[in-house]
Amino acid sequence: MMRYSGFTLFRQGLSGHRGWQPAWDKATPKPAYDAVIVGGGGHGLATAYYLAKVHGLRRVAVLEKGWIGGGNTGRNTTVIRSNYFYPESVALYDFALRLYEGLSKELNYNIMLSQRGMLIAAHTPMQMEICTRIANAMQLNGVDGTLMSGAEARERLPLLNQTADARFACLGGVWQGRAGVARHDAVAWGYARAASALGVDIIENCTVTGLDIRGGRIAGVETTLGPIRNDRLGIAAAGATPGLAALAGVRLPIHTYALQAFVSEPVKPMLDTVLLYLGTGTYLSQSDKGELVFGGGLDRVPTHGQRGNLPSQETITSGLLEMFPAFGQLKLLRQWAGVVDVVPDSSPVIGPVGPEGLFINCGWGTGGFKAIPAGGWLLAHLLATGTHHEISRPFDLDRFARGRLIDEAAGSGIAH
Amino acid sequence: MQRFTCPFCGPRDETEFHFAAEAAKVRPEPAPEVTDAAWADHLYGTDAPKGHAREVWVHLTCGEFFVMTRNTVTRDVADTEALPGRRA
Repeated sequence: MMRYSGFTLFRQGLSGHRGWQPAWDKATPKPAYDAVIVGGGGHGLATAYYLAKVHGLRRVAVLEKGWIGGGNTGRNTTVIRSNYFYPESVALYDFALRLYEGLSKELNYNIMLSQRGMLIAAHTPMQMEICTRIANAMQLNGVDGTLMSGAEARERLPLLNQTADARFACLGGVWQGRAGVARHDAVAWGYARAASALGVDIIENCTVTGLDIRGGRIAGVETTLGPIRNDRLGIAAAGATPGLAALAGVRLPIHTYALQAFVSEPVKPMLDTVLLYLGTGTYLSQSDKGELVFGGGLDRVPTHGQRGNLPSQETITSGLLEMFPAFGQLKLLRQWAGVVDVVPDSSPVIGPVGPEGLFINCGWGTGGFKAIPAGGWLLAHLLATGTHHEISRPFDLDRFARGRLIDEAAGSGIAH
Repeated sequence: MQRFTCPFCGPRDETEFHFAAEAAKVRPEPAPEVTDAAWADHLYGTDAPKGHAREVWVHLTCGEFFVMTRNTVTRDVADTEALPGRRA
């Protein structure tokens, strides 16, 4: 693997940038692997990387039906945070954040992590009480959460609607300073490059059509590029997970919804944090290029179609204009939707399911991007050892039969 | 804005409706013999079908639940009908 550095850039510059190599190899399937991962998004690529790096597995393949990072990894708003309520959730999402903090260096690939901080803003005294509760929970869990006053919030966000008759006048909220954004494509590309350098086969345009199950064990997968033998299979395919699990006769507690987001035309720097308003459900940040990147809650209609619908667009954009009336001048550059896998308690499902050797990493709903390093690490641990890491144990599918739900929708008021 | 047809009220804007559940879920019986796993599957398990789907929806305005047959990829609605025993 060609190492990226200031020196490499300088040397390539002298030779007209003609010596750069592809970041990862385009592989074709071999007949057999130690482990196969279905889904070439952030979670799948991270799984392959940690399998090779941490557990020393060398015969690993990632199968992607489209192109890597072309699913939800490329269809989100790039926010990274760990401001959750339950200890289990904070352990999970803060593990991801800590891995993200060292990721550019570890992968030798600039993921452009920008820890610009995030405010969950309140506009009623009751919402301020909710924010106090979340800040307290974060502090008890050892994460950097503080309560921000209205004056401080208005100073940080001078363009917020501060008129006397503002419907959502900002009273302050929960602040997490380590939260931020990262370049979403770079996360996929960085993991792909590092995994490929460790010998992982990244196979694009390869759809899984069936599972070879013998004697209650995974024996291989059927794909559009032919059969592959393997006794360990990981599924990290977001909205496609229910269909893949059905191939193994497994039913999951998942509904699929479209989640849409928007980008405005670029403007000069005017917002140096990530902002989520409890009152409008709209959240936004400004990209390094100057575009406003914003989104909101789920579409109301369960779907597998990767496009949004109009009522949700109206809710999200009207929320934005309530917060920032000045943005009424901006033009929308583009809008997109991803298909997300939503679980009744709004927490992911990580663990073994169905036949022996099958493990899933799914159910991230609207928040999978921020969890990519942890999701990959934990699925790799399951595939390599066959047993749970202590962080993933509470998120096993058996929590539904045991009644140990981790209800983050109620705990931290997330959008689904 | 998509229009859905309530069997009782006719075509209305999609914002008046809410998805409730996948249709034809059968409660496992007899209850004392149902395992924890089977009960959890009944409560939470879904097929999340890609394409043809039969689902129970509620028309929030009139409060009636009904069955909608639709395509979950294209969002085209094929048919809506009252639940068995309910007259539209």
